[in-house]
Amino acid sequence: MRILIKNGVVVNKSVCETKNILVEDGIITQIGQGLSAQADEVIDAAGCYVLPGLVDAHCHLRDPGYEYKEDIVSGTRSAAVGGFTSVACMANTNPVADNKAVIGYIVDKARREGAVHVFPIGAMTKGLKGEELAEIGEMKQAGIVGVSDDGRSVENSAVMKKVMQYANMFGVSIICHSEDSRLAEDGSINEGALSTMMGLRGIPKACEEIMIARDIILSEYLNIPVHICHVSTALGVELIRNAKQRGVKVTAETCPHYFTLTEKACEGFNTLAKVNPPLRTDKDVEAVINGLCDGTIDIIATDHAPHHEDEKNIEFEKATFGIVGFETALPLAYTALVKTGRLDMKQLVEKMCVNPSAMLKIDKGDLKEGKTADITVFNAEEKYAIDITKFVSKSKNSPFHGYPVYGKVTSTIVSGRIVVRDGKLNI
Amino acid sequence: MKLKNKDVLGMKELTAEEIELILDIAADMKKIVLSPSKKAHYLRGKSVITLFYENSTRTRVSFELAGKYMSADTVNVTAAGSSVQKGESLLDTGRTLDAMGTDIIVIRHNMAGAPHFLAKHVRASVINAGDGMNEHPTQALLDMFTIRERFGEFKGLKVAIIGDISHSRVARSNIIGLRKMGAEPVVYGPATLMPVEIEKMGASVAPTLKDALAGADVVMGLRVQLERQKNALFPSQTEYAKYFGISSENIIFAAKNALIMHPGPVNRGVEMTSQIVDSGNSAINEQVTNGVAIRMALLYMLVGRE
Repeated sequence: MRILIKNGVVVNKSVCETKNILVEDGIITQIGQGLSAQADEVIDAAGCYVLPGLVDAHCHLRDPGYEYKEDIVSGTRSAAVGGFTSVACMANTNPVADNKAVIGYIVDKARREGAVHVFPIGAMTKGLKGEELAEIGEMKQAGIVGVSDDGRSVENSAVMKKVMQYANMFGVSIICHSEDSRLAEDGSINEGALSTMMGLRGIPKACEEIMIARDIILSEYLNIPVHICHVSTALGVELIRNAKQRGVKVTAETCPHYFTLTEKACEGFNTLAKVNPPLRTDKDVEAVINGLCDGTIDIIATDHAPHHEDEKNIEFEKATFGIVGFETALPLAYTALVKTGRLDMKQLVEKMCVNPSAMLKIDKGDLKEGKTADITVFNAEEKYAIDITKFVSKSKNSPFHGYPVYGKVTSTIVSGRIVVRDGKLNI
Repeated sequence: MKLKNKDVLGMKELTAEEIELILDIAADMKKIVLSPSKKAHYLRGKSVITLFYENSTRTRVSFELAGKYMSADTVNVTAAGSSVQKGESLLDTGRTLDAMGTDIIVIRHNMAGAPHFLAKHVRASVINAGDGMNEHPTQALLDMFTIRERFGEFKGLKVAIIGDISHSRVARSNIIGLRKMGAEPVVYGPATLMPVEIEKMGASVAPTLKDALAGADVVMGLRVQLERQKNALFPSQTEYAKYFGISSENIIFAAKNALIMHPGPVNRGVEMTSQIVDSGNSAINEQVTNGVAIRMALLYMLVGRE
């Protein structure tokens, strides 16, 4: 099977120019200007960017256990439609992905039925309880690329220290959900004028910042790399910036909702904007964007967090935290960051392809001869309003309905298989 | 004499004109409450359901009597004795009540925004009888009615609100309503019970109890809400009374004959001494009477007939 992608602007971390790409039997065999070849499939990418398949460092596929929200099939299809060809899924499934059996299940199901590559992240501690180390060695053998108790922090610093030391021996990435949950005191939105006005318990920014600081300090003390998830506050960005200046091996991610929305999206008790960490203020949004621009924040991840309608169409304080992100991440990032001139396409590719691959230590995120053909074709010109009812994901919990964006994924190729064609699933 | 919206969700949603109108109508309703034969027919053929997810005596009874005094059919539903205990969602409970032809649902809920959520999904008018820490508009309206009865207007009145501001929906609704009418709310309480950026709602924060009370025309105490506190936010009731309680020692800083108010129930000797509660300037019982009048006015304005 030969696929020729022609006339597109090929972007990787070092180049951004019009080239053709030839894919043979799932491998990129040639990239070149004016390249022509006999092919079974020709994709005309004129007017589009041709990107390395996007890599999501942080998502929730909800499988096993919460298949009514999402499963590996629906989740990976949603990812493909959004241009992702590799996703790393978190461990807060049911049962928790804290052992080789659950990891094995995820790997097997993804291999057989998944539309994109799935790289599981195992729990740091058994049952995500923050008490005992999970079987990280066995999980590594079963296929994990990192460990995380995402959804909560390992609050006990002694346990966290052991997690870092032990996980590092097996070469898996240490991925920190940094939140002092006691300080959050069951809050449901950012603590500030709006939480006061709405009579909702607030989640102080300090909750996130205190734990980011702790995780950085432990990383520095042990000289072990850590990755900080979903950074949402100005001081959080600053703490990471300072740490990087000191040479601490820390990487960080943020999500599109943290650089496009503020707490105001929660007005009217809009549960679709309820997410953890909570949406913050204009000042934080600007700081997150600055962090992306100066390299403090390495990665744009989705934190794709599907929830059933019944978990959102209830009282605000009862509603679950989370926003689905696969199908909106690239257009939101492109519109907010590239269209505004804050980042160029190469930098966007770094944030969504190169850096997440490096953090997860997976051989993805590049367009090069000899690499697996994971490729995303993106028409950046198309302007439209996001329609959450059209999501391929089982869940539609997004605050971006009607939000105007630029850019649509037209094709997604995973290991040489065209899983999205003309913007539609091709499975 | 209709309100702009189908529902009464909070003081945030009411305009100054609407507030004025509600108070005017409540003045007429109060005459019914005080008359020997308490029966009007404005709500004949209308049904009012009180749906309470939290305990309450005065608010629930007040709404029930308000409905009955105007010939409505009233039914009380409490979470404890209903399908809510079987796990029925608010959405389903609301739809069920709606399907029975209910005209007004009066809801009290421990979560902010629950009435707003309900209102979106039912045909009936929804009145917020207190939602979490967010709002308690009928309490604010009856407080404002009581203040207006005494002073005639709101312009320039200093209203000192003392106590647990954080957890208080009464404080929030009063601050919003009083500001809309031109009064000047001042708040004071332990820093652990003061919500962040409360100034942005239009209340100034007094640095000391004396500053809060200084020249105040109205002194409003708030109940220490032990049930809403997850952690110890002050060391003891004794210490609270000593530094934050209103007593005859500190009331002297307020204006002469300042109106004493409290939404009740009072923890005597904690937020206020008995001397203050029972003093000649205390309007605490009057507030309860006025509460019925305010609720009659709202029921009438939402679904009543001339």
